[in-house]
Amino acid sequence: MILSMFMGPPTEAAQEVAKNTETVATVEPPWETLHSWAPLPEASTFAPGTETLYMFIVWLSTFFFVVVMGAMFWFMYRHRRRGDDDKTSSITHNGKIEFLWSAIPAVLLLVVFVWGELDFIKQSVLPPDAIDIRITGRQWSWTVEYPDYPGVSFTSSTETPEVVMMVPKGRPVRLTMTSTDVIHSFFVPVFRVKRDVVPGRYTNLWFEATQVGEYNMYCTEYCGEQHSKMTGVVKVLEPELFEAALLEAGKLERGDGEEDKVYGARIYKRRGCDACHSTDGLAKTGPTWKGLWGRTETMKDGSTVTIDGAAGENYISESILDPNAKIVSGFGGAQMPSFRGQLSDEQIKALIAYMKTL
Amino acid sequence: MANDKEKSKSEGEPTESKVDTSRPREPSFYEAQKGWKSWAFTLDHKRLGVMYLLSTMIFFFIAGMSAILFRTELLTPQGDFLPWLNQQLAGMMGQPISIEEAAAQSGTTYNKLFTVHGAVMVFLVIIPSVPGALGNFLLPLMLGAKDVAFPRLNLASFWIYSLGAIFFLYTLFMGGLDTGWTFYTPYSTNTGTAVISATAGAFILGFSSILTGINFMVTIHKMRAPGMTWYRMPLFVWAIYATAVIQVLATPVLAITLLLLMVERTLGIGIFDPAMGGDPVLFQHFFWFYSHPAVYIMILPGFGIESELIAVHSRKHIFGYKAIALSSVAIAIISFVVWGHHMFVSGQSELAGIVFSFLTFAVAVPTAIKVFSWVATLYKGSIAFNTPMLYGLMFLFTFTIGGLTGVFLGTLSVDVHLHDTYFVVAHFHYVMMGGTIIAFIGGIHHWWPKMFGKMYHEGSAKIGALLVFVGFNTTFFNQFVMGGQGMPRRYYTYVPQFQEQHVLSTIGAYILAVGLLWTATYLLYSLRKSNDAPVADNPWGGASLEWQTQSPPIEHNFHDTPRVTTGPYNFPQIDRTGEVDGH
Repeated sequence: MILSMFMGPPTEAAQEVAKNTETVATVEPPWETLHSWAPLPEASTFAPGTETLYMFIVWLSTFFFVVVMGAMFWFMYRHRRRGDDDKTSSITHNGKIEFLWSAIPAVLLLVVFVWGELDFIKQSVLPPDAIDIRITGRQWSWTVEYPDYPGVSFTSSTETPEVVMMVPKGRPVRLTMTSTDVIHSFFVPVFRVKRDVVPGRYTNLWFEATQVGEYNMYCTEYCGEQHSKMTGVVKVLEPELFEAALLEAGKLERGDGEEDKVYGARIYKRRGCDACHSTDGLAKTGPTWKGLWGRTETMKDGSTVTIDGAAGENYISESILDPNAKIVSGFGGAQMPSFRGQLSDEQIKALIAYMKTL
Repeated sequence: MANDKEKSKSEGEPTESKVDTSRPREPSFYEAQKGWKSWAFTLDHKRLGVMYLLSTMIFFFIAGMSAILFRTELLTPQGDFLPWLNQQLAGMMGQPISIEEAAAQSGTTYNKLFTVHGAVMVFLVIIPSVPGALGNFLLPLMLGAKDVAFPRLNLASFWIYSLGAIFFLYTLFMGGLDTGWTFYTPYSTNTGTAVISATAGAFILGFSSILTGINFMVTIHKMRAPGMTWYRMPLFVWAIYATAVIQVLATPVLAITLLLLMVERTLGIGIFDPAMGGDPVLFQHFFWFYSHPAVYIMILPGFGIESELIAVHSRKHIFGYKAIALSSVAIAIISFVVWGHHMFVSGQSELAGIVFSFLTFAVAVPTAIKVFSWVATLYKGSIAFNTPMLYGLMFLFTFTIGGLTGVFLGTLSVDVHLHDTYFVVAHFHYVMMGGTIIAFIGGIHHWWPKMFGKMYHEGSAKIGALLVFVGFNTTFFNQFVMGGQGMPRRYYTYVPQFQEQHVLSTIGAYILAVGLLWTATYLLYSLRKSNDAPVADNPWGGASLEWQTQSPPIEHNFHDTPRVTTGPYNFPQIDRTGEVDGH
């Protein structure tokens, strides 16, 4: 696994948890099958257009490069210095040639500009009948929610690439994106789409997938320490399978007879807690959860909290709902977003149960 | 004349035949004064040029080494080098850490390294390199002047540059900076690293840049020798002039932007951070309003060097003098209205994107004119393959690739895909490194005998040029492919799919580093005392004024004020019989 070296040996409890949580959300990363020099698949309605224009510019550039370099190498050979008293030509300029080599590139550039502009406008006009998806970027995870399917939500993990978005083939999808902290950028290469995800405002993006499969999704605006791990997998499904699969995979509900700690482990990964809180003792952006239960933490203001018993439960739920109320000393403030309204009491309880196993 | 001398000349190697013996040699500007004060408080543009050359080379080394470190990290997808390095460093400091802890820090280490590389290269190397080193040394010589218009201001510029550089070094050693050279908000508002001292450094460096720009503009307007009309100035001077205009007009905007960022960070006044009611995209507008013209501050002086290299070493009048001179000015003007092409996917309005894309294509035309004119200059010339010319030809190769790949990024729909991928990384390295730095190295070789009165070993120099060419293209060409496949920038770990390309890039970077270190070595070696073979005043047969004085020049540049009666590219070898159309 890519990131195995960043993780300590999993504890027994965690291993057991992992066994029970092998749900549909974990997939084989699609990139391991891709070759370095293989052409990038075209998996959206925009991709063929962008690719055609891309190749047009490739050939246009190749043509000009060959002409310019061909002339240069020919002159280098033909007019190499043979002796110190070589005579050289007295040409200083030529209006006709200069006009031509200004005008021809200008016309060709204009063609490329208009072509690119028309495709860009197509990408900018949002279709009215699209499936809505809301995306929230934060350091360093993506949260993907479906307003039409309340309760369905995915959050990416920095440790393992997982499916964080499901879309049907052949239906337009409209993303409304924002960030809770710094600027991120949503990028799916095979769809040829990209848009910055900006805090304090909403940006839009739409696409229509054309090929079933699993594809990489990246953050492409530098956002700090784990920028390169803010990745995920987009899964394109046949439209008739889409709804069922989405509901199955996306619901963060307790499974039948699922234990608290197992459910908590699932929430830990699916809501992106793992981006900042490790379970192996490593201090990341936030304190590690390993050995958290029973530990006494010193806060920034000098007070101490012993995380045990009722006081511990209160402190943990306060930290989830109002993260800036008490910050452990040694950690930066205002990093964690509030999960008020996003996690139910039952889910918080499950998270605490999971913490106790670590 | 002896046969072996004939041979060396026919290869275009420097000749000793032109040492002017009619006048007794006078002490050069190095010999005119001695002691550290003669350097620290010098008003001589030539000494300041040498000091800039030395300092930019030191920073070039620092920034280059940081690139070698992070390219090594990128040898493996999960990144094994920086964790190892962090562990070793912690061990040396007496605080051993486990490899897991070291790995957890390596993301930040990587981010600091690429920030050091970008920020130092841009602010301390490329922007000051050509104007500071070659511009200072050559501008008054090329104009036939004794010095720049304001020699004290020039000295102040250098020390302001040094002060700014000290802030940067402070930043490096006080835990580093991890914002990237672009300081994008709100990341730069919130990160725990040394943003304030780095922006203060960039702020101070800006003043150096502005003062140098003003100085050069006034010098070009007022200090030209009698008979030197605007169209008799060497094209290097035109390029420096266009650069100076941008420096004076654009740099204040950067200064204000950085000041606003400092105000936001220290006083908590919301300007760019939405958490405090600011607008992060506004920062990008402000930043690129400076930084896109700054791209031309970086490349225009390279164009100027290229014009000199191509004309002098093919002994031919530059083709399309006016077109090259005026296209520099056109580029300088248009460069102010294209900043939005850095922001096609940032959330600026679609209309703005379309307008900026159109204007970006407009700037491509004058750039294409220059490339065509340089190639046309070679036609029916007498082309020598000495080291400066090899760099001149290398520039045409790499810069043409850099220019053409700019078309991809100016095209809206294609840029949506390529933005912030390795394609962009490859493109700007082909322009900044393959353009400016290659031209700068060529210029150093071209004017080395003039600056130091010593000649480097030609064979070693050719090996160096080959290593640089091979290393550079191996590093960056495949990054176009990688970017097209979607590899994002600024990733310290990546999906294994890209490993082959990253390994290739890293190997290229090593070759490039060896080539550059090799170059630095033989250049410094040429300065040894025992290398006392006399160097001609005009080893290449140049026709501009800097070649009409002693090598190295005397303290006041010329014995008498030169009188200019012809252009800078009227070489004696030009065949004037049967004048062709257009003369």
